[in-house]
Amino acid sequence: MNQDMITSTVSGAIRAGTPLLFATIGEILTERSGILNLGLEGMMLMGAFTGFAVSYNTGNLWLAVIAAMAVAGLLATLHAFMSITLRVNQVVSGLAIVFLGSGLSGFWGQAYVGVQSPSFVNFKIPLLGNIPIIGEILFDRDPLVYIGYLIVPLVWLFLYKTRYGMDLRAVGEAPDAADARGINVSLIRYIYTIVGGALSGLGGAYLSLAYTPMWVENMTAGRGWIAIVLVIFAIWDPLLAMVGAYLFGGISVLQFGLQVAQIPIPANIMKMFPYLFTIIVMLFTSSERIKKRFGVPSALGIPYSREEKG
Amino acid sequence: MKLIVEKRSSRASDLSILFVSLFSVLVALIILGLIILSLKKNPIEAYIELVSWPFGTVAGVVQTLIAMMPLLFTSLGLLIAFKMKLWNIGAEGQFYMGAFAATWGALFVFDHISNPWLMVPLLMILGMGSGAGWAAISGLMRAYLGVNEILSTLMLNYIAIHWVDYLVYGPWKGAQSHNFPITATFPKAAILPQYGANGLNLGIFFALITSIFVYYLLKWTRLGYEIEIAGDNIRAAEYSGINVKRTIVIVMAISGAISGLGGMMEMSGVLFRLQPNFSPGYGYTAIIIAWLARLNPFIAIIVSFFFGGLLVGTQQIQLFLQIPFSLINVFQGLVLFALLSGEIFLRYRIKVVRT
Repeated sequence: MNQDMITSTVSGAIRAGTPLLFATIGEILTERSGILNLGLEGMMLMGAFTGFAVSYNTGNLWLAVIAAMAVAGLLATLHAFMSITLRVNQVVSGLAIVFLGSGLSGFWGQAYVGVQSPSFVNFKIPLLGNIPIIGEILFDRDPLVYIGYLIVPLVWLFLYKTRYGMDLRAVGEAPDAADARGINVSLIRYIYTIVGGALSGLGGAYLSLAYTPMWVENMTAGRGWIAIVLVIFAIWDPLLAMVGAYLFGGISVLQFGLQVAQIPIPANIMKMFPYLFTIIVMLFTSSERIKKRFGVPSALGIPYSREEKG
Repeated sequence: MKLIVEKRSSRASDLSILFVSLFSVLVALIILGLIILSLKKNPIEAYIELVSWPFGTVAGVVQTLIAMMPLLFTSLGLLIAFKMKLWNIGAEGQFYMGAFAATWGALFVFDHISNPWLMVPLLMILGMGSGAGWAAISGLMRAYLGVNEILSTLMLNYIAIHWVDYLVYGPWKGAQSHNFPITATFPKAAILPQYGANGLNLGIFFALITSIFVYYLLKWTRLGYEIEIAGDNIRAAEYSGINVKRTIVIVMAISGAISGLGGMMEMSGVLFRLQPNFSPGYGYTAIIIAWLARLNPFIAIIVSFFFGGLLVGTQQIQLFLQIPFSLINVFQGLVLFALLSGEIFLRYRIKVVRT
């Protein structure tokens, strides 16, 4: 491998990993509050569609990003209402979000298939961007990639070093104790379910506004589900989420590297790699013993109510 | 005045379940109407178009029955797993693997067999075996390593779809396909008996027989009893001496076998050749069907018929009214939400109390 190939593979991994990163960080926040939202795939699709449509109609990329986050957040609000207020089965509600998100994005998105819209371009950060190799790989990217760099330490600091982060973790670990301390369990769960949804919308928007600047039905291709596995891989930690997301990004761009290196593996076989790798990751991270040891939020997926403890 | 929500002490009656289900569909249809309106199309016109062809004409009903067949197979497969609270979301992949195995058998292994009485059963075994094996992977991982079956079955869906893509774009591309990603046509012996010129075939009868089989399995066999106990309470099942891990694997395998059989029937009965995207998401629609049918294999027949008609109708309105086909996914999501909310009324009683 020569230097160009390394640069393009690593930067490709970061680009492909960025949508996963946003979605994973979002789901970490949601699950830390005790809510399991399996609807990422649907919320990402709504984010991807909304971002693209707003960018196409207004030409304003940042407005597009905000709209994508708002719409995905709205879908997450529906999940929050079902899970927190109505206390229904969170798994089924999450699946319903996937149906709804993929359906609505496909339905409204049909008018946008095959059209072009403004998209994010690379922006070289002064000084940092001039560092040989590393600068080219890390600091000559589009602005959303930089937001990805920033969001990871910020969320980490928030989770572990602020009172709000402590409240969030308390609600996910021991809601009754948090409640007794005067924390509003439902409110916190609503907030982080919505924030998580908005972040997955950002991940979706990255796909249609930067990664492949176009709208295709079901363009997330399972990334929402992969992000759910990445949450477990990252043991609910934002720093590990970054490692995981870029690693998975690397696997999904591996095919281009192998093509360049003229290793003859058919494209459709290589497209299986991220899914295969996801299964392999699950094999090693799924046992209850490992999860308990490394911090699955104890109240994950369990509705909370003062009257009926459960 | 105060609203109090309290748990019902008794199980909801069948009548109230039916009412909630119908009401859910109605609510979903109303919201769907608003969504159709958002494209500046007339929802009333769309609904009339949606139902008139698939339910109101002979040719339409035949098409509905053809679309119903894969839906019934996959939903029957799923409901066995759901009964045990195993969230097999992988009917789509198991269906693909069944179709793949049937194609392999018909074109490459048994292609010299000319007797359909031998060929069709062999293909059925292949389809079932392939679907069973595919689902058993998730079953084994769930039972022995605790891997979440929702995620593993979904990942396997993507892999199965790419696998079929690989075959039809690559080594299995037919000689007469003019470079289209499509295999050669099945030999005569591998094709199910057809009735009339509209494509109605024996597959639908196999699907109906399968629902009787599933009913029998759940109601009258030891395995069905174990599924019921384990679905209710895994701990209790373990204490009563049921080997829950083994049951998980068996149930997943049977579930996959039925969806795989559906894939085989789709090949031998309807399409006669493997091609990319040959399923408009049957395996995902089946999730909603199983749910709406309350995991009852006979009600699943009715609900599959209804959804088969919806699929056909949605194709119609896409063609004639330019309303995108994804409408059906929106509808499925809405029904699921409406059902979930309706569940509240079945499980809880809402009382108004004077304070």
